[in-house]
Amino acid sequence: MKVLMLGWEFPPHISGGLGTACHGLTVGLAHAGVEVLFVVPRAYGDESAAHMRLLGANQVRFLRRVFVPAADAGPGGDTFGGGVVAGEGSIAATLRGELAEDLERLEAGSAEVRYLALERLMAGAATESSFTGVRGASSPYDDPGQPRDLPADVRDRLAQWFTSGGSTVLQLGERALQKVPTDAAGWRVLSRAIRDAVLAHSRAPAPSPGPKSGRFEVIEERLDMAGGYGGDLYAEVARYALAVGEIAANEQFDVIHAHDWITFPAAAVAAEISGKKVVAHVHASEYDRSGDHPNLSVKAIEQLGLDIASRVVCVSHYTASILKRRYRVDPAKLRVVHNAVTQEEQRAQWHGERNITDPIVLFLGRVTFQKGPDYFLEAAARVIKLRPDVLFVVSGSGDMLPAMVERSARLGLVRNVVFTGFLRGKSVERMYSMADLYVMPSVSEPFGITPLEAMALDVPVIVSRQSGVSEILTHALKVDFWDVEELANKILAVLEYPALRASLVESGRDEVRRMRWELRGELVRDVYQEILK
Amino acid sequence: MTSLVFYFQVHQPFRLRRYTFFDIGASDDYFDDAENERILRRVAEKCYLPMNAVLLRLVEKHQGKFRCAFSVSGTALDQMEAWSPETLNSFRRLARTGCVEFLCETSHHSLSFLGNEDEFRQQVEAQAQRVEQLFGRRPTSFRNTELIVSNRVAKLAEEMGFAAIMAEGADHLIGWRSPHRVYRPEGCDTIKVLLRSYKLSDDIAFRFSNRGWSEWPLTAEKFATWVHGLPEEDRFVGLFMDYETFGEHQWADTGVFQFMEHLPEAILKNPRFRFETPSEVAASTDPIARLDIPHPVSWADAERDLTAWLGNAMQRAAHDEVYNLGRELAQVAAARPDLVAAWRRLTTSDHFYYMCVKFFSDGDVHKYFSPYASPHDAYITTMNVVNDFRRRIAALAQPVVPAASR
Repeated sequence: MKVLMLGWEFPPHISGGLGTACHGLTVGLAHAGVEVLFVVPRAYGDESAAHMRLLGANQVRFLRRVFVPAADAGPGGDTFGGGVVAGEGSIAATLRGELAEDLERLEAGSAEVRYLALERLMAGAATESSFTGVRGASSPYDDPGQPRDLPADVRDRLAQWFTSGGSTVLQLGERALQKVPTDAAGWRVLSRAIRDAVLAHSRAPAPSPGPKSGRFEVIEERLDMAGGYGGDLYAEVARYALAVGEIAANEQFDVIHAHDWITFPAAAVAAEISGKKVVAHVHASEYDRSGDHPNLSVKAIEQLGLDIASRVVCVSHYTASILKRRYRVDPAKLRVVHNAVTQEEQRAQWHGERNITDPIVLFLGRVTFQKGPDYFLEAAARVIKLRPDVLFVVSGSGDMLPAMVERSARLGLVRNVVFTGFLRGKSVERMYSMADLYVMPSVSEPFGITPLEAMALDVPVIVSRQSGVSEILTHALKVDFWDVEELANKILAVLEYPALRASLVESGRDEVRRMRWELRGELVRDVYQEILK
Repeated sequence: MTSLVFYFQVHQPFRLRRYTFFDIGASDDYFDDAENERILRRVAEKCYLPMNAVLLRLVEKHQGKFRCAFSVSGTALDQMEAWSPETLNSFRRLARTGCVEFLCETSHHSLSFLGNEDEFRQQVEAQAQRVEQLFGRRPTSFRNTELIVSNRVAKLAEEMGFAAIMAEGADHLIGWRSPHRVYRPEGCDTIKVLLRSYKLSDDIAFRFSNRGWSEWPLTAEKFATWVHGLPEEDRFVGLFMDYETFGEHQWADTGVFQFMEHLPEAILKNPRFRFETPSEVAASTDPIARLDIPHPVSWADAERDLTAWLGNAMQRAAHDEVYNLGRELAQVAAARPDLVAAWRRLTTSDHFYYMCVKFFSDGDVHKYFSPYASPHDAYITTMNVVNDFRRRIAALAQPVVPAASR
């Protein structure tokens, strides 16, 4: 079995838990006998991907054929129309009515006009009457009122038009994606537009010699992908979808597996092109990231992915409940597969000197609304009344950081709270191993892998009940994030009662060792098998 | 003759309220009276009162031929006195029939045989006096907390004058021997051990309402057929179970009350069978052999050992702390009987059972019976209370000397 897997991050180029989880899952799938082709926006060449194939959208080649007249053509010469296939004359002449006019516009107009014409063409395909005697093949997601596949002959002609050098898939795709849809239906139309562009391009016949003497040159083009989450993210999402479409047209696979909203448009395109079913994997929903004020453009894309998916895998029952409530996902489609811990993470160790003897309570994560740093500080204020020697460390950065620094001063915690900023690599392990206790007071956490990292390094943990990871942890203390009194009570208990600490550390280590990605890989393979039956 | 010996256990702990680190030094209000009262009243209504009525009818109907035994912990008696006197009265009515025996146990359903043998003797003596005062007869059979027995526990009971002690007929204890015979614990001279016949007991206590069980539904006639099929040399069948089996663990709509209403009649149809109480069996039977119980055996979980209460570091630490507290308490005990009473409530085994992690993740009976969200929460709350208790004792033991007298 082979899966086309779409993800935005892969180690070592990660900015959060998504990349780590994707890596773990692919290891688990490889163990379960599933072949993985993983597409990231940008491949750097240093990914730890020996167990699978990893491709960057930036590596995908788009070929463009340009007709070069024998003698008189110079640079800047009009290539439009130059490549019209011999013997056929104008493509438009062979078609009737509106379609012919549209194609004429396609050939003659400016880029914008050409795109609008193409859009009209595709919309026209929704009704068979526009194409008398030509029936569109039905798509797996066919709804009444939605555009259908272009009839084969029209598509072929479009292909010829592409081939002739009129435009490129890249140009067309990028142009199409300048208008970001605001709802799931809009994204669906767009994904079909990309599909038709990609298919038409890939099915283009080899050009024959034209009436004038000349030759075709093949130009290779690649997408410029930035990677990460900066810049014009929607344009990046769209370019990624285009590249995935090209991959889907050229690779064999059985199922498409897409991680989080950012890859859902690409999954839609790949599904349109290949006819394969989609598994949408939700690591975090927009409601986790933004509370009750979601970004509606992101939500629209999430809705697209969840709607087209045959199965939705989510990282916790907590997330499943959000998907049911906020996105109306059919419970029959939902499967919960918790994250796990890779063997490297399980073996993590830090043998270093500890230069601070005061007890350390650690918060490590993005300093954002979702992670609940303010509740951490409120609990700290209560704890130091009884234990003024305790040091509270906030490691990480985020939009709430300035407010947190200010708040710690207002709460009289200047001496007891330390902000370290963002830590990476070995500094993270060192920070964990210096801590006497790790606290994850998240307001809404679909999963939350950091407590497992802390436990693997023999640090006891307190997690909020509003986290997915709390569902699978027995040897962790749990609190409701808003109950700062109880959080403080438990922080003090861990610092004061050695048997509690010992129990959490010893049993916690064993518990983390039992969370193996191999088992999760088998679960996900079973999900694939379910939909392939 | 083969006797059926029914013994029902009645117990309620004094559960702790949510007591945080911030309550230490600020509050000596440890117990959740509202919750304890709510639970006692609920169980009284669903189990104690209706089942006592069933048993009273059976005793009257069979004119002495139906007999059974109870052990009611001192903490349960306290709660009935406070919140459900009618329940206590219905037990006394059963005692007055002469067909219902009340056994002895520790007053606080404690593991004091491990923590402090002097405390154990005090709790047993207190319970013996209370049972005599409430039910009219000094108890002669002993049942230790959670049916925990070892050679040592049996010896302690023998020294206190008990004629019989109840124990679990665990496979690893009796091996090939029958649980239906009377034995003498190793190292003892007079006391006899009566074993629980766990298969037949659990058919009623655990499996009765299980629709996945091949014998479901269990009728009185079917159960009687099994009993009637036992070999003639079997002296007795120990059917020992939590009283909450009736109406609480097995709901009324499972038919468990009707099952008991009809069982005696079905059993007595075969004249080889009768009902007896533990002390009656012990008085009329010589032990067939010695039984060596070097390590404590309980009736809990598959292991039948102490791991449900003292299996992890938190449980052992908390148990040690509670008994350390008892020793510190000794110096002020005479002046503060109220503190002694509160401390004894902390010795109740349930507080340590709530800290058990071994099955926690499976969501089984430990979780069902616990008022806490997790075993760790149980430990934290108990230790917070212990800490406050220690401060109070320390404050009493070293009174602030008035400045003038220096």
